[in-house]
Amino acid sequence: MIEKSIIRSINGNLITVKFEGAIQQNEVGYVIAQDAKLKAEVIKIVGDLAYMQVFESTSGLYIGQEVEFSRQMLSVKLGPGLLGQVFDGLQNPLPELAEKCGFFLKRGVAFDAIKDDARWEFIPMVKPKDKVYAGMPLGYVNESIFKHFIMVPFNLTGSYEIESIVSQGIYAVSDTIAVVKDEQGRSKNLTMVFDWPVKMPINAYIQKFVPRETLVTKVRIIDTFFPIAKGGTYCIPGPFGAGKTVLQHLTSKYAEVDIVIIAACGERAGEVVETLRTFPEITDPRTNKTLMERTIIICNTSSMPVAAREASVYTAATLGEYYRQMGLNVLLLADSTSRWAQAMREVSGRLEEIPGEEAFPAYLESRIAEFYERAGIVELPFGGKGSLTISGTVSPAGGNFDEPVTQSTLKVVGAFLGLSRDRSNARKFPSIDPLESWSKYASFVDSEKVGKAKTVLFRGNEVNQMMKVVGEEGTSTDDFEIYLKAEFLDEIYLQQNGFDHVDGVSSPDRQAYVFNKINEVLEHKFKFNNKDDARHFFQQLRQLFIDWNYKVWQSDEFKNYENKINDFLKESVYNEKSA
Amino acid sequence: MKKVHNKILSVVGNVITVKAEGIMYNELAQISTQYGKSLAQVIKLEGDIVSLQIFSGSRGVYTNDEVRFLGHTMKVSFSDKMLGRIFDGSGMPKDRGPALSDNLIEINGPSVNPAKRIIPQRMIRTNIPMIDIFNSLVVSQKLPIFSVSGEPYNELLARIALQAEVDMIILGGIGLKNDEYLYFKERLEDGGALSRSIFFMHTAADPVVEGLMVPDLCLSVAEKFALSGKDVLVLLTNMTNYADAMKEIAITMEQVPSNRGYPGDLYSQLAARYEKAVDFDDAGSITVLAVTTMPGDDVTHPVPDNTGYITEGQFYLRNGRIEPFGSLSRLKQQVNDKTRQDHRVIMDGMLQLYAEYKETEEKRAMGFRLGEWDKKLLKYGDRFEDEMMNLSVNIPLEAALDNGWKILSDCFQKHETGFRSDILEKFWPK
Repeated sequence: MIEKSIIRSINGNLITVKFEGAIQQNEVGYVIAQDAKLKAEVIKIVGDLAYMQVFESTSGLYIGQEVEFSRQMLSVKLGPGLLGQVFDGLQNPLPELAEKCGFFLKRGVAFDAIKDDARWEFIPMVKPKDKVYAGMPLGYVNESIFKHFIMVPFNLTGSYEIESIVSQGIYAVSDTIAVVKDEQGRSKNLTMVFDWPVKMPINAYIQKFVPRETLVTKVRIIDTFFPIAKGGTYCIPGPFGAGKTVLQHLTSKYAEVDIVIIAACGERAGEVVETLRTFPEITDPRTNKTLMERTIIICNTSSMPVAAREASVYTAATLGEYYRQMGLNVLLLADSTSRWAQAMREVSGRLEEIPGEEAFPAYLESRIAEFYERAGIVELPFGGKGSLTISGTVSPAGGNFDEPVTQSTLKVVGAFLGLSRDRSNARKFPSIDPLESWSKYASFVDSEKVGKAKTVLFRGNEVNQMMKVVGEEGTSTDDFEIYLKAEFLDEIYLQQNGFDHVDGVSSPDRQAYVFNKINEVLEHKFKFNNKDDARHFFQQLRQLFIDWNYKVWQSDEFKNYENKINDFLKESVYNEKSA
Repeated sequence: MKKVHNKILSVVGNVITVKAEGIMYNELAQISTQYGKSLAQVIKLEGDIVSLQIFSGSRGVYTNDEVRFLGHTMKVSFSDKMLGRIFDGSGMPKDRGPALSDNLIEINGPSVNPAKRIIPQRMIRTNIPMIDIFNSLVVSQKLPIFSVSGEPYNELLARIALQAEVDMIILGGIGLKNDEYLYFKERLEDGGALSRSIFFMHTAADPVVEGLMVPDLCLSVAEKFALSGKDVLVLLTNMTNYADAMKEIAITMEQVPSNRGYPGDLYSQLAARYEKAVDFDDAGSITVLAVTTMPGDDVTHPVPDNTGYITEGQFYLRNGRIEPFGSLSRLKQQVNDKTRQDHRVIMDGMLQLYAEYKETEEKRAMGFRLGEWDKKLLKYGDRFEDEMMNLSVNIPLEAALDNGWKILSDCFQKHETGFRSDILEKFWPK
């Protein structure tokens, strides 16, 4: 039954609607405008008035226009064929929209994320009389390189018995592939696709584990110093221009996961475009397919409607959870969660709610926590594990981490990679601040050695601060050596040229190996005659290591340079002894 | 159908309310006051109460002045006849030429589908080394100039406009001083660029609200020209005034302010404008250069701060020079690998050394003894400021790169630079 109701007021993208009959919180409705049907979501109900955020421009709407309610919460379609797609925040496929409407995002035009007539070869895994419940596979289709399990929809509670299942063959996604019977004997037809409300976490798993296994990103400062874990969470706060997006982009390319979901939430369209245009051409060495085939892009950029921006991170999380249910390792990159928080703030302001700090709504913290809690490594109903790792960038106003979004995020994440304006100004990339950042996860590099290296960084920084007061001449050569070691570690290990295909991608083996070599240098107590000698020595050593970084791992040249470094070190140590 | 009302219920700031039915959100109205006619726009509808912001301000508005609803949203005429013309913030002629009314287009149309955008890869050469080498400007980039009041930002804007190879220039002035407006007019006239320019000029003397329309007018017209194949450069000065006008309206409308009185949707509002910058697949492009003045030289002020997150970099103008730290072109990586092999090395390397120079400079200022290395850095820093940062330097990119190597080799030994050996072998002056 569809109820009809009418618009009572319009203020920006918020409308109030006088409704008839019953509606539910978060229900989707459509404004019947002159030119199109505009999607909207109920966010508050008072008496017979529903406050709705409209996912499109409200320009040109009238008081008294009709609104149709759908009796459904805001949902996405889950099924085969999502990989490699580009959606807006409401799972509207953008390339198809471009094909039909040209350059611009025409208001109110929407297409199915998964076409009803899309056909897949279905291979059944159950037989009649089998007992199944939510999240159990009925069979699978081959999507890209993955076995895409067709599962019992997650909203079916209790256990079911298979009445019938189709045999192996090619079916449309809307075809019934199985009939199941619940405990009361009622039958239900299942297809390859079902809907899921985005704001509800998918919890069709047995249990969640503590994330322990390192997720390799091939970025040295992350993997060695501030590692992240499969199923963990981390955030990247940083002022503008500090390289948040470049870092996310590199991670999306090189991280060792099965599926990457990029949620471009309220950021520049240009950033997505780069991913969009380059990923179909880059081959993933692990799978020999293009990167695009393991990627989903949710793209609700800054000039697109703000209400859809709020929905976009939930859409991304839902898709991530769906693929996790198949035993895959999924990485969700949300860029930027601050824009998402601002979207909440805009709506909250229009609802005239009592504002919290910096006018963010009081529920900001719990919403952020809820979002990151959707990450995790879980045990699946049919055995095995799947993981969803969530990474969010934060764009704090003025680069000041004391603002509400950063602080709320820091409470709930497992690793904090803070970017620093000073480092990016000095062109030290990635500009992750080694003194402020932290991680609760374990690295594949010996933690004792990492601890020592961190001490060198801290001591080096202290000496540097001191030198600013007492000058170089007031600093002992020993202290100066520590300072130079810290600089050395920074320049040849923490900094990395992300645009170079060798230096930018450092495998775990290489990291462990190179880090050991550096550690030898850090732990060795040199005997320099004076500071100029010390500086000269480290300049030369730096040059060798920089060049070494650009050689392909285990190539002849790599070994060649390693020998050069060994010779150089031996010689200078020898000189020390003879001196 | 025209709907006329002559009972104004309230006047608060520049916002009035009337009782009316069948009004569209964002619809335009015309209000006739004793001082003439002005446009007004619907900004809120609640039942039959309509809130309108008056472009020319509410001063002298009688409660029984006539409000006539026009039945459409804001539109602007678009045609080649606009070239060489000057309009005000409502799109009316400011140059005694005829008003244009043919081929009206909607302003503030929908945003471009990200799937239809292409990766920008055409560099705009400006012959300013601080831009060409260190932060290359790229077609379809949106880039603000951050500076305090009093810096020569309008001069820089005019110079880039004249030297950049684009088909046409659209200049939007928001709260511009009259002499600044005349300066632009003269510079473009002298440079022979006026005939391919369009001005939308809102000066400091005009009502604040009128300035709110300027970016939309400029960008909507630019979009049409770009679709017809033109490479358009849009100059907006000054966007801080624009944000302040939004603040004024938001406060009048009793919106909860988020940060220093600015509305919570400041980011989205600015983004909707800047995101109009685009390189169309098989048509033209829009490049946006804007001025954002930083009150109190504070980059964390909400306007420069939000702008910095939206735009693809920024040029910091300080003491008459483009500051290398803080300035950034996010798109430079798209083009600076296609110019010359040493471009990136010079770009990163020279700046790292300049950063070291800055530290040494601090040491010197505090009276510490300087070592050999420090002296080298001091020499380098002086030459860098003189031959690279100086805005009067006007040389092509290649010459600037060559000069970079010359400065380096005059000041340092090869290994002191920290550059990769293969590049050093190839480019280090013999």
